[in-house]
This record gives sequence, structure tokens and C-alpha cells, in this order.
Amino acid sequence: MPFKRYVEIGRIALVNYGKDYGKLVVIVDVIDQNRALVDAPDMVRGQMNFKRLTLTDIKIDIKRVPNKKTLVAALEAADVKNKWESSSWGRKLIVQKKRASLNDFDRFKIMLAKIKKAGVVRQELAKLKKETTG
Amino acid sequence: MAPQQRKPHLCRNPDLIRGVGKYSRSKMYHKRGLWAIKAKNGGAFPKHDKKAAAAAPAEKPPKFYPADDVKKPLVNKRKARPTKLRASITPGTVLIILAGRFKGKRVVFLKQLTSGLLLVTGPFKINGVPLRRVNQSYVIATSTKVDISGVNVEKFDDKYFGKKVEKKKKKGEGEFFEAEKEEKNVLPQDKKDDQKSVDAALIKSIEAVPDLKSYLGARFSLKAGMKPHELVF
Repeated sequence: MPFKRYVEIGRIALVNYGKDYGKLVVIVDVIDQNRALVDAPDMVRGQMNFKRLTLTDIKIDIKRVPNKKTLVAALEAADVKNKWESSSWGRKLIVQKKRASLNDFDRFKIMLAKIKKAGVVRQELAKLKKETTG
Repeated sequence: MAPQQRKPHLCRNPDLIRGVGKYSRSKMYHKRGLWAIKAKNGGAFPKHDKKAAAAAPAEKPPKFYPADDVKKPLVNKRKARPTKLRASITPGTVLIILAGRFKGKRVVFLKQLTSGLLLVTGPFKINGVPLRRVNQSYVIATSTKVDISGVNVEKFDDKYFGKKVEKKKKKGEGEFFEAEKEEKNVLPQDKKDDQKSVDAALIKSIEAVPDLKSYLGARFSLKAGMKPHELVF
């Protein structure tokens, strides 16, 4: 199968190890076979091993090593944040984060809601069953 | 510790590194103004004669010397104070009791008593936990808070919860057999009234929050997949 996501200047990647775990960064330059220069609006531009990055589908249009202002403007223009949060990968991460931050009371409320929803579904199912067999 | 000047400013001889001051002896002599003090005193540093020590009352030699040296215990200036309350526990916090008869019950924290134990109530109507003392170590503090402003807990202290002292009755021969059947421990009516008065205001503020009443009535338990060190309470 051919590759679909390439390491290129402007590729958005997710940091999967280290101090900036979970951040979306932009690859602004390639240093050598193993390292890239990455930058993000809330971090100092620095090098990162490719093994610490997971490439995403999103790519923005920038020149090699832009300055911070240009980078932020390019991110805004490409609407990276919304694209990410509406992608299924991004949505999954948001849900995981929400679940991890749940209070004991929140977990209780969710349990009640699940039971309620299951009850409603079961009622509908019972109705449908009656229609087909009756 | 070197005594600081009254006004907060650098000491006269700041350290360049530990053990080496910035100024030499002669410079420090000048900075301390010893020359001015000497000048005021006519060339010599002012001397004060020692005060005659008050004559100590004549001690009689002791009558008895112990055979072995008696060791004196070391001095201990520690003061007893109630256990430090965790920052997450404030009046109105919902706590999860971890041990004892009410383990797993979610309970409302009222105040910390002088012994360090936490005063806690179910409320009784909701989950059967009465006004009770509980140790801080056997409790998980959740971040859910209940409004406790309408509750007066001034009158409860450790003595309220102590065991009642019964007067010992002299037992005669015949009474040995009768004394076997002890009277049942009935809760006195005033304790029941205290419980009701504390719970009345609490229940009102609990019912203002949706689902909170059933939350307090349910017990906490670990289910499959729950990792306590990763849970946020």
C-alpha cells in the first residue's frame, strides 16, 4: 500500500512521547534522517525525533522555517484547530480526555443516563418486535 | 542565624561566596562606625562594669545521693494539635468512607473536631449514616461540595460522642443472674432530634442539585477497568 501521509514542511503531527505529549505541532524543517524542527503556537521551536511524532492528515502551506507570526497566521488561515477537532481522531482524543477528568459524581450521573437510554432503546425494540411478530 | 537589621536591607557585609565577605576587616571597622563610637567615648571603646551577681541563696548539701546516675529525659516542646486537614476536605465536601460499617457510603463532611476526627453525617434519611466521627485516613475526598450554610454544628464535640459512663452498682448474690440481661442501648431522644435538625437544612440544599440525593444514597464500589490511581474523585 502506498504511503498517504508524508513528512513535509507544513505537515501537522501529534506528539506521542515526552514533555509535549498530546500537542499538535507543525514540521517546519527536517534536520536529518531522524529529526525534524517542529514548532507550535505555544512552544519554543525545537527539534524532535520522528519517533516522537505521529503524522496527521492535515497539512498547511508554509515556507521553510517561518517566523512565529507567519506560522500562527498560516494555522489560522488553514483552520487547523477546527479541522482537527472535527476529525474522528481528534474527537476520540477529546472524549478520552473528558472521560479521564470525570468526577465521581459525574460518573454516577453518566451511569444513570446510560441506564435510562438503555431502557428507552429496549422499549422501542420491544415495540418493533411486537409489530413484526404480531 | 545572623540577626537582621530592623529595616529589611542587605547586611553590612554580604557574602561573595560562603565564608568570604565582601569587605575586609578594616573596611568593616569603618562601616560599623566603631571609630565614631570611640570618638564619642574619648578614644576608647565604652566599657560597662559587670553587674554584681545577686548572691544565690546558700544551698544545703543534699541528704541523699542516688546510687546510680539518674538520666534526665530529653526536653520535648511539641504541642498536641488536631491532625492536619487535607486541603481537599472543606465543610460540605462529599466524602467516601472506606472502612467500617459504612464502607462505600458517600457522606457529607461537617467539621473537624478538636481530636482531629471528622464530623460527618449521611444525612441519615438518605443513606442511614448518622452524625458520626470518622478518621481522615479512612476517607476519600471527592470534589463535589454541598451547600452547608444553613447547618449549625457548634454544639458537637468529642464529648458528645464519648461513651456514657455508668455508675457501678454493687452486685449482690442474687443479682448476678439478673445482671446478665443488660438493658438495650436505646438512642436518647435528644440525639435523634439533633440528627433531624442538622439534616433538615442539609436535605434541602441536597435536593436543589439534581441526582445528588440518589448519589448520596448509593454506595461507591470499584468496577472492572477502574484504576484508583487514575480516577479523579
